[in-house]
Amino acid sequence: MHFIVCLKPVPKPGAVKVDPETHTLRRESAELILNPPDLYALEMAVALKEKHGGKVTALMMGPPNAADLLREAYALGADEMVLLSDRAFAGSDTLATSYVLSQAIRKLEPYDLVLMGKASIDGETAQVGPETAAWLKQPSLTQVKALWPEDGLWVAVRFFEGFEEEVEFRGPAVITVEPEVNEPRPPSLKRMLAVRALEPRVLSAEDLDCNLEKTGLAGSPTQVLGVFTPSYDREREVLTGEAEEVVEKLVSLLRTRGLI
Amino acid sequence: MLDYFFSEEERLLIDLVNRIGRDYIAPHVREWDENEAYDLRPIKALAQADLFGLVIPEEYGGLGWGTMALCLAVEHLSKYCPGVATTYAASFLGAYPILLFGSKAQKEKYLPEVAAGRKLCAFALTEPQAGSDAAAIRTRAEHDGEHYVLNGIKQWITNGGIADIYIVIALTDPKKGARGASAFIVEKGDPGFVVGRKEKKMGLRASVTTELFFTHCRIPKDRLLGREGLGFIVAMKTLDYARVGVGAQAVGLAQGAMELALKHARTRIQFGQPIYNFQAVSHTFAEMAMRIEAARALVYQTARHLDSGAKEISGPSAMAKAFATDVAMWVAERAVQMMGGYGYMRDYGAEKFMRDAKCLQIYEGTNEIQRNVIARELLKHYRD
Repeated sequence: MHFIVCLKPVPKPGAVKVDPETHTLRRESAELILNPPDLYALEMAVALKEKHGGKVTALMMGPPNAADLLREAYALGADEMVLLSDRAFAGSDTLATSYVLSQAIRKLEPYDLVLMGKASIDGETAQVGPETAAWLKQPSLTQVKALWPEDGLWVAVRFFEGFEEEVEFRGPAVITVEPEVNEPRPPSLKRMLAVRALEPRVLSAEDLDCNLEKTGLAGSPTQVLGVFTPSYDREREVLTGEAEEVVEKLVSLLRTRGLI
Repeated sequence: MLDYFFSEEERLLIDLVNRIGRDYIAPHVREWDENEAYDLRPIKALAQADLFGLVIPEEYGGLGWGTMALCLAVEHLSKYCPGVATTYAASFLGAYPILLFGSKAQKEKYLPEVAAGRKLCAFALTEPQAGSDAAAIRTRAEHDGEHYVLNGIKQWITNGGIADIYIVIALTDPKKGARGASAFIVEKGDPGFVVGRKEKKMGLRASVTTELFFTHCRIPKDRLLGREGLGFIVAMKTLDYARVGVGAQAVGLAQGAMELALKHARTRIQFGQPIYNFQAVSHTFAEMAMRIEAARALVYQTARHLDSGAKEISGPSAMAKAFATDVAMWVAERAVQMMGGYGYMRDYGAEKFMRDAKCLQIYEGTNEIQRNVIARELLKHYRD
């Protein structure tokens, strides 16, 4: 079986800068990490491979310096590394990103399933999975908790608040995996050693036969007009003095306002 | 603080072990200690990371690295939980006899399972009446056609019950005393082999220690390691290799205890300033750092000495074990003292290091026995 896992490089939390002109994240400026929710998708794919045989391809769209993250995915159990990197992909929103991914996934045929994390910790839209399925004209299953083959079909358990749904479907399909449904493994030392001699395959817009009107800012109907931190009007009062005094003041203030 | 000039591979290993410590061990340490619970999760993570294959040759699915690598893994694990490090290191204690004395067939049968972390090992020498006086063992192994039949009791066996492979030292010829002992591989599930109760311990409570009972336990003849009469040589050689690992465990434990107490001393305000500003406190840390660094240097140098293929290893291994574990006990006790009431409370971790450290001075040969070994080797060295 062939499982393709899409992985997103995201800025390490706390290290994000925003481009003042495009209002998009300046990804080259920050230390990148593998999007944590994607690790559950990778673990699910690697576990399926171990049980049923086959290979896992780690697929990532990102700047050239994201190659090390693909190496990490290799250490975590992926067998092949593919990096989609091209200036033409810069500024892609979820629609343009899913277009590029779908073009790459077609190049990686044949495959059984495409797996992704539920959402990224920077964008938090959870759109790329279903959109990729739409470009590929394949079934989309979100919030998947468990997955196994059965009589030539796949069975997935989908997780919702308060209930779960068991569905049967025919692959290939695009799956997004619910976070915390498995325990992602640590890297394998043997794989960490082996990957030092390997380079990810890098594919450009041309390699993927991309229509450039559908990639990057040109292919992104979402235009970020501004990025701001919401401001809340808060009454602030700083209490100063010895700890005992401050506590007494605080307690009496809270009492006056009926909060305790 | 000192640079030990690690290779790129050693650095990868150190980072990996620390990642496992942070992600798979640190969040659960208190819970395992309080509940005296063995948890499979960190063991599974160590297996997935290939760390059970560190010293197993590549042809049997391991990495084929040496004692130095194993010491680094054990040291860094011990900063987080010396109990988990015990389970890990004790499995190598059970694997070394196969590695050092096993036939090709025995290696092919067991080592790939060990390297993959699918099977844990245990080493069974101690008996109720035979601790430091290991030659006083009574467990018998008698011939019965194509089998040996084992009868006896082993005590305080690390990984008892959770291991699949047990190295058992038993007498094949009681008249010959120590020269009449032989080493056997016993598998979980062998008829007549029963695991006794789990001991209630002062420390290392994330690890499992049990009795083992052998009652007419029949095992095929090909489970004999080496040849008959080699049992004590197998045991002593194994311990020579493993003892430096206990030294590494002690270095990691001491480092963990010092770092914990240092964090406290730098942030605990008394008399209007961090207590680290007081010389009685800062000099205690200076003393900790000196002793830890000396222990580490001795452990590393001993490990590299073993990896060089040196013949004289009993003395250096005993020195590394005894010195480093005495340092660990001293540092852990001082760490508790530097943290005062916080050190004594079970919520803060310092007293756990102290309870764990005590065992390191006792197991795999008490530090008194180590000094016997060192004194004996010293005479040998200067006999001319």
